[in-house]
Amino acid sequence: MSLKNSNLAQAWLVLLLATLFGTALAGIQVKLGPVIEANKIKETMAKIPVLVLGDDLAAELAADNQSLTIKSRVVEVNKNGTTKFYTVYDAWLPEGKMVGHVVKADGQGYADKIELLVGLDAQGKSITGLFVLDQKETPGLGAKILEDAWRGQFKEKSTEKHLSVVKGSGAKEDEIDAISGATISSKSVTGIVNTTLANVASQLQVTDSPENNKTPAVQNKEPGKNKERS
Amino acid sequence: MADQPTAIERFIQGILPENPVYRQLLGLCPTLAVTNGMKPALTMAVSVAFVLVCANVVISLIRNLLKPHLRIVVFTLTIATFVTVADRVLAAYLFQMSKTLGPYIPLIIVNCLIICRCEVCASKQNPFTAAADGLGQALGFGLALASIAAVREILGTGMLMGFRVLPALWPDWVIMVLPPGAFITLGLLLGLVNYIDFKREEARK
Repeated sequence: MSLKNSNLAQAWLVLLLATLFGTALAGIQVKLGPVIEANKIKETMAKIPVLVLGDDLAAELAADNQSLTIKSRVVEVNKNGTTKFYTVYDAWLPEGKMVGHVVKADGQGYADKIELLVGLDAQGKSITGLFVLDQKETPGLGAKILEDAWRGQFKEKSTEKHLSVVKGSGAKEDEIDAISGATISSKSVTGIVNTTLANVASQLQVTDSPENNKTPAVQNKEPGKNKERS
Repeated sequence: MADQPTAIERFIQGILPENPVYRQLLGLCPTLAVTNGMKPALTMAVSVAFVLVCANVVISLIRNLLKPHLRIVVFTLTIATFVTVADRVLAAYLFQMSKTLGPYIPLIIVNCLIICRCEVCASKQNPFTAAADGLGQALGFGLALASIAAVREILGTGMLMGFRVLPALWPDWVIMVLPPGAFITLGLLLGLVNYIDFKREEARK
């Protein structure tokens, strides 16, 4: 076979373009990646009060012009020889009482990676809320994991039991009703929550003032103000 | 290539005579999906315009190097690159909007409108004509999206771009914002465009 007829030689333009475009995209990712990451952190910070306190209390807190003290730390989990890292946000009321934790979790969904925020109470015993940070599930089907009605099912579920997905509307305790037509998306989210809880729930130490937490952390706004109070 | 339309002809054709949505029925997936509000519709239109013009120009520049059986691969590669750029820029600077649009921005990669223009115009004509063609088609696509979005947002919420245009008494037709509203609106507007066309044709006779 002569060089001219080989498949590789014919595809030189495709290969060249792939290399050029790939390099250009890598450059753009390097430039914009941090900005996108900052956007996500900003959104996470905005969602934490709702996740640990619930809508009403969070609105009340905001109306009083107060904010939770939020510190983030990284929890390292060793399992089956692999190490997984979770970002955990601990939240305290302005008076210094611990109200809960928010764990950032991710895993494979039907279409792409799903990123979740799981809100837990101070002891890590029950789920206080679930928020979907990022997803690319099928619009109209899997994307229903975004809807309050479905996410709400996770509220007040115990973290000690394994959640299972059921079809039909007979969801009991420890059961999550699947979105019709999107069983895989439903199972993915529930699976991510299960894994995360199994890995992290035991590692949430409760401290009733932000300063006792030894892990150095990223600080939220107005750290000085909170220090005076506690 | 004497029978190929010129740049100006290409540009004008894209806006109405060959409007991508109303005349060619291309790119209907985003048309149906993101027209429940004016803002997502316009963001989509601008993203498509960016991808369309860039892809057209690049394909036109390399048109003499294309191997016929590999051209679709090259089209897709080029389009995917610009779509990724658009997606990342939106995520960085219009974060909430990029969340609203969700997977529809990445889905521009398979928008048949763009492949169609690469095939019909860009792979045959010079970059200037290709750019004019891209602009015209993008403008036509934007106008189509805007017209559908305007009808759906006004009837569905009584507001346009977040401003109230119908009196508060208006009972919001929620169905217009939901997926069925997209089909109903597109169908009726398509019928209207065809009707006007038909009348003009008759008047000419």
